[in-house]
Amino acid sequence: MTPALAIDKLRVVYDDFIALKDVSLTVAQGESFGLVGESGSGKSTLLRAVAGLAPVTSGTIDVSGQRLGKTRDKAFYRQVQMVFQDPYGSLHPRQTVDRLLLEPLDIHGFADTEKRIQRALDEVGLGSGFRFRYSHQLSGGQRQRVAIARALILEPSILLLDEPTSALDASVQAEVLNLLEQVRRDRKLTFVMVSHDLGVITHMCERLMVMQSGEEVERLQAGDLATRNVAQDYTRNLLVASEGFVRGG
Amino acid sequence: MSTLLHVEDLRVSFPTRTGVVEAVRGVSFALGQERLGIVGESGSGKSQTGRAIMGLTPQQAEIKAKRLEFSGIDLLKASQAERRALRGSRIAMILQDPKYSLDPVMTIGRQIVETLRTHEKVGKSEARQRALDMLAAVQIRDPKRVYDLYPHEVSGGMGQRAMIAMMLIAGPELLIADEPTSALDVTVQLDILRILDRLVIDRGMGLVFISHDLRLVSTFCDRVIVMYAGKIVEELKASELSQAKHPYTQGLLNCMPKIGESRHPLPVLDRQPEWLL
Repeated sequence: MTPALAIDKLRVVYDDFIALKDVSLTVAQGESFGLVGESGSGKSTLLRAVAGLAPVTSGTIDVSGQRLGKTRDKAFYRQVQMVFQDPYGSLHPRQTVDRLLLEPLDIHGFADTEKRIQRALDEVGLGSGFRFRYSHQLSGGQRQRVAIARALILEPSILLLDEPTSALDASVQAEVLNLLEQVRRDRKLTFVMVSHDLGVITHMCERLMVMQSGEEVERLQAGDLATRNVAQDYTRNLLVASEGFVRGG
Repeated sequence: MSTLLHVEDLRVSFPTRTGVVEAVRGVSFALGQERLGIVGESGSGKSQTGRAIMGLTPQQAEIKAKRLEFSGIDLLKASQAERRALRGSRIAMILQDPKYSLDPVMTIGRQIVETLRTHEKVGKSEARQRALDMLAAVQIRDPKRVYDLYPHEVSGGMGQRAMIAMMLIAGPELLIADEPTSALDVTVQLDILRILDRLVIDRGMGLVFISHDLRLVSTFCDRVIVMYAGKIVEELKASELSQAKHPYTQGLLNCMPKIGESRHPLPVLDRQPEWLL
């Protein structure tokens, strides 16, 4: 089976700063893959490079067997959609939810927009009561649901998730993670998810890659973190840090 | 242990177009030389509690309390000038994001010196030396270099250290830290907490640590207050967090994904209307 996403020696360079240093990675169809690391590790850059939001200096990206060129065409965005970290910054402040959801449908020439918008809102558990509200009238969790609905409305097969819950309260995070798991199951989606939270990544992903300063540190199964089966000190430090503060020493 | 701060039945309300919003609804606690954590979700009133003590509540808001007292001073009756004299010298506050809370057009060193010279009569060269010592105390390796840098030239962790240095240079007795590490990476987070922990112990300060992260707070503080919708729903010893009785606290602890646990779907908070009462 052709992998959903195959990245080979991807390099992203901004002026003289190398944000991503020859990272390779393959994600099978229907798989959920996690990227973990601290700020500046290049994890978000990798997602953005796939989505066409960061300049690819060298290396290749294949989506479902199709080599991607310099620019992304419409067909690509039917297949790959992205959910961003900050739901306060990623929704148009002067558009209603209805307008936000209509735009991708318009661009891609869908006819039955009415039905699709309703279904998308139902799917993320918002219901039609939210349809004509502005994003400032919604809570953080509701906004992130709208962002997910907007990503899903084109029926993509791959979802790129860039810290989708790190701006949310713990209780709301649980709701959004449950929603993401459910849509993945229902639609057999492929996830590539970025997070700094090891707990979230092991919960959502089967395999993961630990990154530091634009490079791969190591690749793990979710279970390896629980059993401490890690080879690199960097990963071990992350694991210790995720347990909270320890007095003394 | 002497009590530094008394808060009794603190209420903060905001008049809005659609009626009065009560952000804090009757919060009471006392603080000595200890680390007290205040935990809650966004909108629970935890930050407004901290700001009311600091005297940074927006003007249109109304503050009421049976008692709001800091080392014998009635904060509600104190004049603006008296509050100003307290702020920065005896009560200090660390904010969440150094990107926004440091002055972008002033070097880090000058900002620290400004704080010091506002509250103490010290000469220029002495102020500079004390600022450099303070930067070293928050474990900045090359204080002389950082002294002359602007906030945008340093990392988030470094900026937060500079912020702590600025807040502690006048030797406050009470420190309010409002999400001091939420904008930082986990490993940097622990460095900052370690610095804060040592300084609080060495100087015998009282610390109010406000955070949404229940697990982090419980590993750092002595006592934890859990807030929901402007009220304290539970107060417990940090070490006894696992025995929390209120369903809200239990729910908050429960809904976080943990390494080595497989719970699909995650349990979510089932908010009861009676929690609001």
